[in-house]
Amino acid sequence: MEFLSYIVSGISLGSIYALIALGYTMVYGIAKMLNFAHGDIIMVGAFTVFTISTTFGLPPIVGIIGSVIICTVLGVTIEKVAYKPLRQASSLAVLITAIGISYFLQNAALLIFGSGTKSFTSVVNIPMIKLFDGQLTISGETIATIVVSVIIMIALTLFINHTKPGKAMLAVSEDRDAAQLMGINVNTTISVTFAIGSALAAVAGTLLCSAYPALSPTTGAMPGIKAFTAAVFGGIGSVPGAMIGGILLGIIENLSKGYISTQFSDAIVFAVLIIVLLVKPTGLMGKKINEKV
Amino acid sequence: MAKKSIKLSSTSKNNIVTYAILAAIFIFVEVWTATGNISSLFKGLLVPLCTYAILAVSLNLVVGILGDLSLGHAGFMCVGAYTGAFFSVLFKNSEGPEWLRFVIALLLGGIVAGIFGLLIAIPVLRLKGDYLAIVTLAFGEIIKNIVNLLYVGVDSKGLHISLTNSANLNLEPDGRMIIKGALGITGTPNDSNFVVGFILLVITVIVSLNLINSRTGRAVMSIRDNRIAAQSIGINIAKYKLIIFTISAFFAGIAGVLYAHNINSLTATTKNFGYNMSIMILVFVVLGGIGSTRGSFIAAMILTALPEMLRSVGDYRMLIYALLLIIMMIANNNEKIRSFEKRISLKKLIKTKKENRGGNV
Repeated sequence: MEFLSYIVSGISLGSIYALIALGYTMVYGIAKMLNFAHGDIIMVGAFTVFTISTTFGLPPIVGIIGSVIICTVLGVTIEKVAYKPLRQASSLAVLITAIGISYFLQNAALLIFGSGTKSFTSVVNIPMIKLFDGQLTISGETIATIVVSVIIMIALTLFINHTKPGKAMLAVSEDRDAAQLMGINVNTTISVTFAIGSALAAVAGTLLCSAYPALSPTTGAMPGIKAFTAAVFGGIGSVPGAMIGGILLGIIENLSKGYISTQFSDAIVFAVLIIVLLVKPTGLMGKKINEKV
Repeated sequence: MAKKSIKLSSTSKNNIVTYAILAAIFIFVEVWTATGNISSLFKGLLVPLCTYAILAVSLNLVVGILGDLSLGHAGFMCVGAYTGAFFSVLFKNSEGPEWLRFVIALLLGGIVAGIFGLLIAIPVLRLKGDYLAIVTLAFGEIIKNIVNLLYVGVDSKGLHISLTNSANLNLEPDGRMIIKGALGITGTPNDSNFVVGFILLVITVIVSLNLINSRTGRAVMSIRDNRIAAQSIGINIAKYKLIIFTISAFFAGIAGVLYAHNINSLTATTKNFGYNMSIMILVFVVLGGIGSTRGSFIAAMILTALPEMLRSVGDYRMLIYALLLIIMMIANNNEKIRSFEKRISLKKLIKTKKENRGGNV
């Protein structure tokens, strides 16, 4: 029964990683860059919900909608201001810029909200479920996280495969120049990708802080890096890969917390990343790209 | 008839300027200390100044010369710091000169960090770009994570190591703990001072400059500029990557030992050995000009000293760093700004004047 409860909470944590990893993987697939600041958008999203619902006392749903809007605008703005001028630049330059953005967001939050840890009020209002005569308890947050994540993943898959902007995203990730020749507006497509990724980050941030209610300016950094691990694990650039990678990583983390050591879980997660990259650098579902001279 | 003068190659001239700057910094600080005008705040900053400068110069080898983005530099520093401090605490009460113990601690810290650098470079060989950055970051975090769980004690039977808690060490009653998990190492002798730190910095700079201007350095830079072309002319990429990673980690380890012997209690937190520190060193390298040894240590020194001088903007300093980083990157990659820089650059101005004169005669 213990094992099952680790699995359930692992799936819940993994769904959050999956939501964040989707943002990484879509941006990587389309803009060919590692958006290091993605983790900090989670933090911005959570702080927005915190400000709207706890400080101003508005209903949580207003907080969530506000957070999604703010993160979307923030994501698109970051892309336009910082990443767009660097389209032709080396990947080192882009990565350093992304690190700069990440640092900027963290320190801006530090100045606005202070370094203390805020206690986040859960936005989920579902009672916990007790199964097998109370041997297995599943919290409302876990249920909400899994349900919301599944809905988002289905919606995203439908969006990518069956709508025009979604197909444009696929085309741009396949071959940017060819897509442009076919009349696809590459800049708009990249903006749409950043908008979706950031909106998902806002949702992920809210769910993350509902489940683990400690909020500080560095809240997003660790989940961000782990979600990137998940994206790499599943094969970066692949949307189903990010979902599977995220959930698997969540389960691995919770099992190692349960059976090996709580303090070692981070080291184990990173060890998984290293092993995956060594054994199968393209990830579980990634495509192999041959290098051209 | 042209006047005969000693002709120096541009690299030698460049190196002389670098050493002259180092000498000037040293003389300035020594005079400042001797006249007694130095504030206690700055006195405390002198060793960190050297530590960060060494870190920046060594990271520059990986980022600037090899062209790989390493985000785990603080991890090597952590390994060096713990190894050096462990050694010093272990032999604190033993006989023998203190300076010898510190020299051995420095070498040991550097060598162990270098071994870690080599171990990390082996898997990293297969990767490049973003993947490499994230793997080095992961290694750095793993090192910090494990160090926080490490318990080492010593008694008459020898060393006891545990990764869970102090009780598992099974120490004899006369034994003592040296590494106490998250509490780290306490009671490290304060062997670091500005002169030692500065000598180490000079050694780092000498090694770095000579390496860059050697056959090895040119091979490494060719890998940076075009990996495939370098490979096709027979340059052994794996070998050179391992060399650079190991040397860079070695000096980061030495910086760590220096750092550990400047403070009383050594702990591994996100702030000193985590991802934040690695980024901080990267900021020094980037702002100093990627690939420039001179720029690396100057930027490290200025950016360490400046926030202390401007205490009033202390809270905003990280925000300013972040903005500077972004603006530098965008400006460096902007065609218009680049051409503007070229037009106003002094060297170009002098050169064109000379050329014009030459043309008239």
